[in-house]
Amino acid sequence: MRDEMAKMTMIDAINSALRQEMERDPTVVVMGEDVGKNGGVFRATVGLQDKFGEVRVMDTPLAESGLVGAAIGMALSGLRPVVEIQFSGFIYYAMDQIVSHAGRMRTRSRGRYSVPMVVRSPYGGGIRALEHHSESNEAMFAHSAGLKVVIPSGPYDAKGLLISSIRDPDPVLFFEPMRLYRSVKEEVPEAAYEIPLGEANIVREGADVTLIAWGSMLRQALEAADGVKEKGVNAEVIDLRTISPFDFDTISKSIEKTGRAVIVHEAPRTCGMGAELAARAMDHNFLNLKAPVVRVTGFDVPVPLAREEDFYLPDAYRITRAINQVMSF
Amino acid sequence: MTRTRVFEGKTDYIQILDENGNVDKALEPQLANEDLDVMYRLMITVRQFDRKAMNLQRQGRLFTYLPVEGQEASQVVSAYLLGKQDRTFTMYRSHGVFIARGFSLKQMFLMWMGTEQGGKIPDDLNDVPLEITIGSQLPQAVGSAMASKILKKDSVTAVYFGDGATSEGEFHEALNMAGVNRAPVVFICENNLYAISVPRRIQTASKTIAQKALAYGFEGVQIDGNDVLAVYATMKEAVEKARAGEGPTLIECLTYRFGPHSTSDDPSKYRSKEEEEAWVKNDPVLRMQRYMQARGIWNEAYEQQVLAEAKEMVDKAFEEAEAEVHVEPEDIFKYVYAEMPENLKQEMEYLKKVEEEKKELKK
Ligand SMILES: Cc1ncc(C[n+]2csc(CCOP(=O)(O)OP(=O)(O)O)c2C)c(N)n1
Repeated sequence: MRDEMAKMTMIDAINSALRQEMERDPTVVVMGEDVGKNGGVFRATVGLQDKFGEVRVMDTPLAESGLVGAAIGMALSGLRPVVEIQFSGFIYYAMDQIVSHAGRMRTRSRGRYSVPMVVRSPYGGGIRALEHHSESNEAMFAHSAGLKVVIPSGPYDAKGLLISSIRDPDPVLFFEPMRLYRSVKEEVPEAAYEIPLGEANIVREGADVTLIAWGSMLRQALEAADGVKEKGVNAEVIDLRTISPFDFDTISKSIEKTGRAVIVHEAPRTCGMGAELAARAMDHNFLNLKAPVVRVTGFDVPVPLAREEDFYLPDAYRITRAINQVMSF
Repeated sequence: MTRTRVFEGKTDYIQILDENGNVDKALEPQLANEDLDVMYRLMITVRQFDRKAMNLQRQGRLFTYLPVEGQEASQVVSAYLLGKQDRTFTMYRSHGVFIARGFSLKQMFLMWMGTEQGGKIPDDLNDVPLEITIGSQLPQAVGSAMASKILKKDSVTAVYFGDGATSEGEFHEALNMAGVNRAPVVFICENNLYAISVPRRIQTASKTIAQKALAYGFEGVQIDGNDVLAVYATMKEAVEKARAGEGPTLIECLTYRFGPHSTSDDPSKYRSKEEEEAWVKNDPVLRMQRYMQARGIWNEAYEQQVLAEAKEMVDKAFEEAEAEVHVEPEDIFKYVYAEMPENLKQEMEYLKKVEEEKKELKK
């Protein structure tokens, strides 16, 4: 039984993680807008209220700040809340609670209290959604102390990383690329498993250039890696997975080998995670680098509306261009 | 020790034209036939626009759309009472307000086609782009109303939102600030009983939404939002009060959206068929027809003519919109700042180059 696998979408995998953690630990509660009766607008929490009841799977008033603030209070009092913010563009309402309170409670109480809370949120573009429904805002939270930020790139990782996030003693922001919710299926173990936070994943080994991506951008990076392979360029592709605290060790070792790095993210360029990773490469790999680190990112503009979002989103073509740039430097 | 009552409040419910067509003569607003004709045509246009948009979305020609059918009276009639100098702050379901304010149907289609050009506010209108994040428009509306007071402008602000929005902090902060400043603003809450799937009882333990105004020091009324006469009379009073410098009003319109929350929603997950059918019988358009018929200004021939005209306008507007849609890399950079900073210029040039290269590759 334990080794049984099932073909799952990322939505199935998230649902499975929530269900198993709720079964295992009676202090886990799920709360958010439309998560109960409706099972979530993307159906991530489907069936949970039927199984665990209205007390543990709560439809809440439409109030993100109140929701996250209340979850902090619950986390301080023995529960492990998993909050859903319906789209990551609405998380700003709860910014004060997350940044100024969830991330600081451990410091402020000198370790007496912690906030073992997970804030899950559909994230990123690629589904032609309405305004404010396609934001990539991981850097804002990585910039804030005391928070962990996780972004899975597929069903298998989503389940293992979400389980680890729920079990983690600190507040975790878990951003789910909406574009991947139903577009990919993977073999996922039926049983619960953890993927440790703070560990990057070398998805493909290669000797010529290091490609670093996460979330839905991992697929674009792999597509570009396939393309350049035909021309004899072997890219090593790394999925960062945990954005904060991140695993630079894996990246650094890779750059030692390849001497070249391309960082890909959907979020805007300025002060995006790419800037931080490039700066770390300067710190740790200055003497290994054969070319400047290149970033392929979204632009410093509001995420465009549906019909124009393809202008914004990095794709395999733009990544390939960047690979050519570092290879021919 | 003393214990005295320091506050006591009351909240009224207003219905003038009931579901069976009976009119409360004492409360009936004095409406000219021409007004009724204009408002009726607007409501029919809104409905035709809405149905067309839903069909187009199903065909994949629009992306997400949020239908308004069932809520036309509270939107059209309240917006009809505003002048050009007034201003509205709206939300994603406010198609009726947009149409009553004079937005072109073509512009609205461009907006719902997900183009940047659709966001353009026409130069002759003073209204603010619709809001998608819930409740954000409320404090902004209060500020806009405060500005017209400070600048001594004869301008009233109307702000539209749903029952769900009343749970956000923004709602409470806005009402509080409006009360403290006696801002010339009318808060119009379209209580359609659900925020996506979440029923009103989960939003608030209060008996009404209207009563929340009392806590902030001004009047709130609950009305039958599918009753054009109640919307007209209440809104007229609220606008006049605001214009006279006597402060804000909260109007809670009880209504119902006939369709799904959005084109991605399945209401059968949280509403019963019986409930939906009962509300369809309470259709604001049907109720207005009955009233106009009793006044001798509605009959089948009129209906057919109004419908045909509305359909033609809507179809033509969509054709024009479709012919006009174009997207350019510049679109997404052009209006971020008054003057484009260097980083955006570089990004724009890069994108233009990339797009040209892709075109070449496709050849
Ligand atoms: C701040 C914020 N949170 C969540 C959402 C997602 N959302 C969109 S509409 C909606 C329900 C709104 O209900 P209500 O205010 O009653 O207006 P209605 O849609 O019924 O007209 C929700 C939760 C959002 N747009 N903005």
